[in-house]
Amino acid sequence: MSAVFEITVRPDGEGFVCRPQQSVLRAMEAQGKHCLPVGCRGGGCGLCKVRVLAGDYECGRMSCKHVPVEAREQGYALACRLFARSDLCIERYSKPCYENTVDPQQREKVTS
Amino acid sequence: MNKGVMRPGHVQLRVLDMGKALEHYVELLGLIEMDRDDQGRVYLKAWTEVDKFSVVLREADEPGMDFMGFKVIDDACLTRLAGELLEFGCLVEELPAGELKDCGRRVQFTSPSGHRFELFAQKQVTGKWGLEEVNPEAWPRGLKGMRAQRFDHCLLYGDELDETLRLFTEVLGFYLAEQVIDADGTRLAQFLSLSTKAHDVAFIQHAEKDKLHHASFFLETWEDVLRAADLISMTDTSIDIGPTRHGLTHGKTIYFFDPSGNRNEVFCGGDYNYPDHKPVTWMAKDLGKAIFYHDRVLNERFMTVLT
Repeated sequence: MSAVFEITVRPDGEGFVCRPQQSVLRAMEAQGKHCLPVGCRGGGCGLCKVRVLAGDYECGRMSCKHVPVEAREQGYALACRLFARSDLCIERYSKPCYENTVDPQQREKVTS
Repeated sequence: MNKGVMRPGHVQLRVLDMGKALEHYVELLGLIEMDRDDQGRVYLKAWTEVDKFSVVLREADEPGMDFMGFKVIDDACLTRLAGELLEFGCLVEELPAGELKDCGRRVQFTSPSGHRFELFAQKQVTGKWGLEEVNPEAWPRGLKGMRAQRFDHCLLYGDELDETLRLFTEVLGFYLAEQVIDADGTRLAQFLSLSTKAHDVAFIQHAEKDKLHHASFFLETWEDVLRAADLISMTDTSIDIGPTRHGLTHGKTIYFFDPSGNRNEVFCGGDYNYPDHKPVTWMAKDLGKAIFYHDRVLNERFMTVLT
């Protein structure tokens, strides 16, 4: 059985679990969470940018426009290209877009 | 007015990982690999296209569009248009024949929206893939995935829409087929065509120049669009929205992303135009319905997710 890691997203503190072969963003989507905005899921658009505050991780290829080398060294990454190797504490870089969700209660949160 | 620009010829896209990109564009979209060059670029075509390639992939550390190319009627036209582009105030650069494999000399310029475009007159004609030139069958066997029929258009995001429209209509002979305007009459979207097609290239107002919204490929039927959606699920490909219908152009569509985050569309149908048609107008307050005719709401991704 493969390891399962806990991902905690600041500033809200919402969490979800993530398997090592799954990107952090895909894991979040699979569990119906909306704490990070979902864009292209391919490391290209930069919408799901985060900063890893604690934990071990690996990254797939990401657009250097959104995560230049220096930013990468400071822990910035795109969640769709972020693979946990331990429990992670990450910080959201931009606001989530609830418009994409089919959950009407989540939509309410945005409009109310 | 016809200035000798005939049709979209090709698009060069940047991808983060060529292997994954080919799995997407060849196995899923159904394009056919035609060649590679010593820069590592890969040349693809859709099966109904007569020229050798229409999509060029280049591995880079940032996805997006390098340039979109239009084919002009002949070399004299290319020379004349290079002059007219200069007169318009464009920075024009000529690339020698062969810089893109089996393609003649190209004239590159940047539109006021910040996008790189080019014109060319010659490219090796390989004919429709898998079909005889005489008594051709309806379609070739052995097509993969969505069996995309042709590279159709790009939707690009950038600013200076008015000057971009003036360049494309006055110099290159496009006409405005469809537009979105706000209450003040400011144009926020412009769909431009060279033909009876709903669009050959389109622009949406955006503060940042030179952004790609999507590269689009033509399918024949709604059933094909549904089948494309099935394949997107089967391959766990990143979906954006659809299958649905656009209000603009009334095309039936699905949006999804390549593995580098470049948005693709496959679509069928859509309106047609003749020179006596007036541009179709949508109001910005109804943009949701204009973009996604059934949901009638824009998703945030449509306006913000770009490469």
